[in-house]
Amino acid sequence: MTLQAHAISVELGGRLILDEVTFAAPAGRVTALVGPNGAGKSTLLRALAGTQRARGAVRFGEVDLLALPRKERARTLALVEQDVHSEFSLTVRQAVELGRTPHQSSWSWGSADDEAVVASALQRAQAAEFAGRQLGTLSGGERQRVQLARALAQEPRLLLLDEPTNHLDVRAQLHTLALLQDLAADGITVIAALHDLSLAAEFCDHLVVLAAGRIAAAGETTTTLTADLIEATYGVTADVLVHPRSGRPLIAFSR
Amino acid sequence: MTAPTLAPAGTRPVTRRVRTATLALTAPLLLAALAVSVVVAVTIGPADLSTGEVWRSIGSHLGLATSDLTLLRDGIVWELRLPRVLTAAAVGAGLAVSGAVMQALTRNPLADPYLLGLSSGASLGAVLVLLTGLSVSLTGAAFTGAMLALVGTLLLARSLGVITPSRTVLSGLAVSSFFGAITSLVIFWNTQGDSYRQILNWLLGSLAGADWDTVRVSWITLLLIGLPVVFFGRVLDAFAFGDTAAAALGVNVSRTRWLLLGGTALLTGAMVAVSGSIGFIGLVLPNAVRLVVGSRHRLLLPYSALVGAIFMIWVDTGARTLFEPRELPVGIITVLVGAPVFVMVLLRNRERA
Repeated sequence: MTLQAHAISVELGGRLILDEVTFAAPAGRVTALVGPNGAGKSTLLRALAGTQRARGAVRFGEVDLLALPRKERARTLALVEQDVHSEFSLTVRQAVELGRTPHQSSWSWGSADDEAVVASALQRAQAAEFAGRQLGTLSGGERQRVQLARALAQEPRLLLLDEPTNHLDVRAQLHTLALLQDLAADGITVIAALHDLSLAAEFCDHLVVLAAGRIAAAGETTTTLTADLIEATYGVTADVLVHPRSGRPLIAFSR
Repeated sequence: MTAPTLAPAGTRPVTRRVRTATLALTAPLLLAALAVSVVVAVTIGPADLSTGEVWRSIGSHLGLATSDLTLLRDGIVWELRLPRVLTAAAVGAGLAVSGAVMQALTRNPLADPYLLGLSSGASLGAVLVLLTGLSVSLTGAAFTGAMLALVGTLLLARSLGVITPSRTVLSGLAVSSFFGAITSLVIFWNTQGDSYRQILNWLLGSLAGADWDTVRVSWITLLLIGLPVVFFGRVLDAFAFGDTAAAALGVNVSRTRWLLLGGTALLTGAMVAVSGSIGFIGLVLPNAVRLVVGSRHRLLLPYSALVGAIFMIWVDTGARTLFEPRELPVGIITVLVGAPVFVMVLLRNRERA
């Protein structure tokens, strides 16, 4: 289903963080959300997820997401935040089981169904091999996969990720983005905030560029990501080349 | 990264079910241990009473047996020991549950039930009654003091903006210090002789004043508030990765926080009112139990309650018998035992970090 954000505005401490942000994220695609630090990417993701109070409307297919009851919203969409951690010792499996929260009543113990969903989420995010380990013993990349598995255990139709490739080595980055493509191919609408423009261009068909709380550009990655746009939003000189293998945009920065 | 095979993922839930089953078995065992603790602890004490005499005395009050004890000796069992053991159980369970909930809500393993200034308020209320001889009950005054401190803390936190864990903790600290200073001032100004020991007893935490009234207060609060709180286990689990994560899992974060903070504050208030500020139980016990059963609150809360009740019964039995005929405030023993456990938890956390 297509996500339509209309005139999303967020004010924090008297400062306008998002100013009438309007864009669409097509179904079955990975939409990259890019922009300089402080552009409002995290706030926008939180506003879409309903965890940050915002003005405006978020429609997902026919549904008004912000008007949905909390539990139902948590069954529709999942949010993978940056750098989350817990003060208490949890195993990977227990952390992923938290994703079943919106599907269960508050005193139930969880069914065989839940176990199956958790197992498949662990597999899908490639976290099954260390499912029994304590969260505190994991590497940054493994921890990121656990958060992704937790989100998948919610069985969302809309997946929002805040810099899912942060702290990951190149191989793990490529892996995560390929997984997001797979999920999109399964019909999940995926929106990921990303910093690496070349990676965004390689893996994401759709691009939303945010700068100073406003939409600077949005559309097909290949046509949207231009040298002029990069100069205007980031203030740096760049050349947009053609990737020798994929034929997609490849960014070269100049000093 | 190789693709994981299906086999390990298929076998793990089985071992997990076994572990869940083991835990399900230990719960009735702990319940039995609690019952045994009550029955045995009432037979221990300074008066020269045999085990049989004690049980027959209790049996006669329940209409199950006849007892030939004198009124005085019967009173030792029925008016002193039994209410004291029952109050200890409720206080231990209540403080342990409150501590576990506070730790989850503030995401801080070192949080304790007195975090919101409750014990300082209760102390002031109790000390005022002990010193001025006002004709109100000690329990009532302590509870009123605890609630005043709670309201002060929450109002202060509120005026700082949206209520967050750190603002609540800081406000609690401010209110605690303030009430503590007033209490010290009052004691300094007024105290002589006998009341000094009474006050010290209270400030350190003691169950010496237990009677059937304290049994009623502590058990009714425990059943009315502590029991429903246990059913918030899954919701508390959702706070593991913070407020935003909990909200993204469909939890109404601010409502849950208010409800549980309010509930555990009432629970703690009642326990402080009957026993004074017994330290370390609410802080250490949930951490110790967490080491064994893990961080999932559906297990952590009921287990903390059971272990807290048993622990408190025996610590208090020690307090009233170890140095016969003198009695030690039980709060001294809980800290003596609790502090080393606390250090162990700290060391364990250091390794993990």
